[in-house]
Amino acid sequence: MSGESATRITPGNALRPEDIAEQVAAGTKVSEDVAEYALRLGDDALILAQRLSWWISRAPEIEEDIALGNVALDLLGHARSFLTYAGSAWGKSEDDLAYWRQESEFRSCFLVEQPNGDFGKTIARQLVFSIYQHELYSRLVDSADETLAAIAAKSLKEVDYHRDHAIQWTLRLGDGTEESHRRMQEGLNSVWPYVHELFVDDELIERLPGVAVRPSELRAPFDALLAQVLGEATLEVPDVQPAMTGNRGTRHSEHLGYLLAEMQVVAREHPGATW
Amino acid sequence: MATQTDVRDLHAVGSEEDQAGQAYFDKIIADDSRIEPADWMPEGYRKTLTRQISQHAHSEIIGMQPEANFITRAPSLKRKAILMAKVQDEAGHGLYLYSAAETLGTPREELFDQLLTGKAKYSSIFNYPALTWADMGAIGWLVDGAAIVNQVPLCRASYGPYGRAMVRVCKEESFHQRQGFEILLELANGTEAQKQMAQDAINRFYAPALMMFGPNDDESPNSQQSMRWNIKRFSNDELRQRFVGMIQEQVKVLGLTLPDDQIRFNEETGKWEYGELDWNEFYEVLKGRGPCNAQRMERRREAHENGAWVREAASAYAAKQSQKAQVA
Ligand SMILES: [Fe+2]
Ligand SMILES: [Fe+2]
Ligand SMILES: [Fe+2]
Repeated sequence: MSGESATRITPGNALRPEDIAEQVAAGTKVSEDVAEYALRLGDDALILAQRLSWWISRAPEIEEDIALGNVALDLLGHARSFLTYAGSAWGKSEDDLAYWRQESEFRSCFLVEQPNGDFGKTIARQLVFSIYQHELYSRLVDSADETLAAIAAKSLKEVDYHRDHAIQWTLRLGDGTEESHRRMQEGLNSVWPYVHELFVDDELIERLPGVAVRPSELRAPFDALLAQVLGEATLEVPDVQPAMTGNRGTRHSEHLGYLLAEMQVVAREHPGATW
Repeated sequence: MATQTDVRDLHAVGSEEDQAGQAYFDKIIADDSRIEPADWMPEGYRKTLTRQISQHAHSEIIGMQPEANFITRAPSLKRKAILMAKVQDEAGHGLYLYSAAETLGTPREELFDQLLTGKAKYSSIFNYPALTWADMGAIGWLVDGAAIVNQVPLCRASYGPYGRAMVRVCKEESFHQRQGFEILLELANGTEAQKQMAQDAINRFYAPALMMFGPNDDESPNSQQSMRWNIKRFSNDELRQRFVGMIQEQVKVLGLTLPDDQIRFNEETGKWEYGELDWNEFYEVLKGRGPCNAQRMERRREAHENGAWVREAASAYAAKQSQKAQVA
């Protein structure tokens, strides 16, 4: 893999999904491996955005409808950029990829597919995912692939806010009332089996040195920050076994099918239509 | 000027202080300037505004639901992003408006409680269901559109915090209207099925959108007082006519039609006319018998109740933190 970005996008400019789409339309094509990697990044962001967007109009207070909506909107933006870039390998648009792939063609991890549960579980999922994503993007900004680096650079500022939001709520819930402490701990325990998958290296990662971030490298800083936050929140790092997950392959949790059925239904009623 | 005696709220005239306050208030209204929160104001004015602003806030909050219903199903990622941002804006409008209402002395929790107990109303339009993707277009174009026609004159409302909140809200509402129109335009230029979906959405939202301006003038007893107080600037019917004139032009661009063959411009009166609306339906929905009244309230109560432990945790945590700060 050369150090050239396929779209020659430099950090700080031309970062919107529309700009990437424009470059792609102008003939940019990414290698299959990079596309596959971008798909992982994009699918995690897309599925989590889909999950979080459910909270809009259902959150514990109006401020949280807005905050969770913001996080979802940011993640959707990341997803659109990554998917547009990935799609250039196969001549597919972000919408082709989001609406017309089968379940087994998605590359999302089990964690983001997990149901929202109560607010405590949603915050637990946000906490682990945003700490992981923050570590990931802060290394991806140095990727030899300039497009991935540019998307990460823009997104990192947003993830910084997501992480802060999750940490603040973890502290409030952990060290709030007895009930909130119990619910937050239960939320953490229930997402914990799916944390392990985030940090597994595989062949694709081996084939993309300098381009992809090695997931196993993120584990130590993840554990360190998480332990610090949970300590301050009077919560425990869960003592829960990791689950066998999909390892970024074609296997998913049982939840993904339902999520996709809902997400894709209108688009699939109208093949070939534009919106 | 001629309205000064009418403006006086008899109930409030008592002490010398009140009389001075009333004189000042009358002058502000006569000069068409602004009343601010610390100013003296008649009880009736305070009550009317509290009711109107909080109802508007409730409408923004309940109004999130029909559109939130399509966030998870939006048929393209770009539309999904736009819709999410829109529904978030509505939450923001709710917040500014609750803050504006609070400056009149009633705390947000109390106002919110009035919504949850069914004591306070919200706009009836949100008791209609959002059934297809085209409804996202029709709601933006017609519902946000009617809201703008209603609210632009409110930017000059005599109560300062309300007028200023409206300026911010109206800016965003006009984005929403444009985005809704774009959704419809895309559908209208799309497949036969998309076109039909767009027409059907317009057919369903047209009359409820016209009813957003409130009852006909002769059925709207409070409007007169609101006009004397410079809260309301135009009558319900005037605004409704203006709106019909606007949308009958715009619908041509879509190549679609409004479900009313009696729309015409009356050269003599200089006003737009339209077919009689089914006010019986309006009052039925107002009384709680619309298709979604029960559902909207249930969702709001559910969100509130499910969130109680979270809000309690936040205040318990804040209390502990401030205690720690004092000890330190
Ligand atoms: Fe509004
Ligand atoms: Fe609004
Ligand atoms: Fe709006």
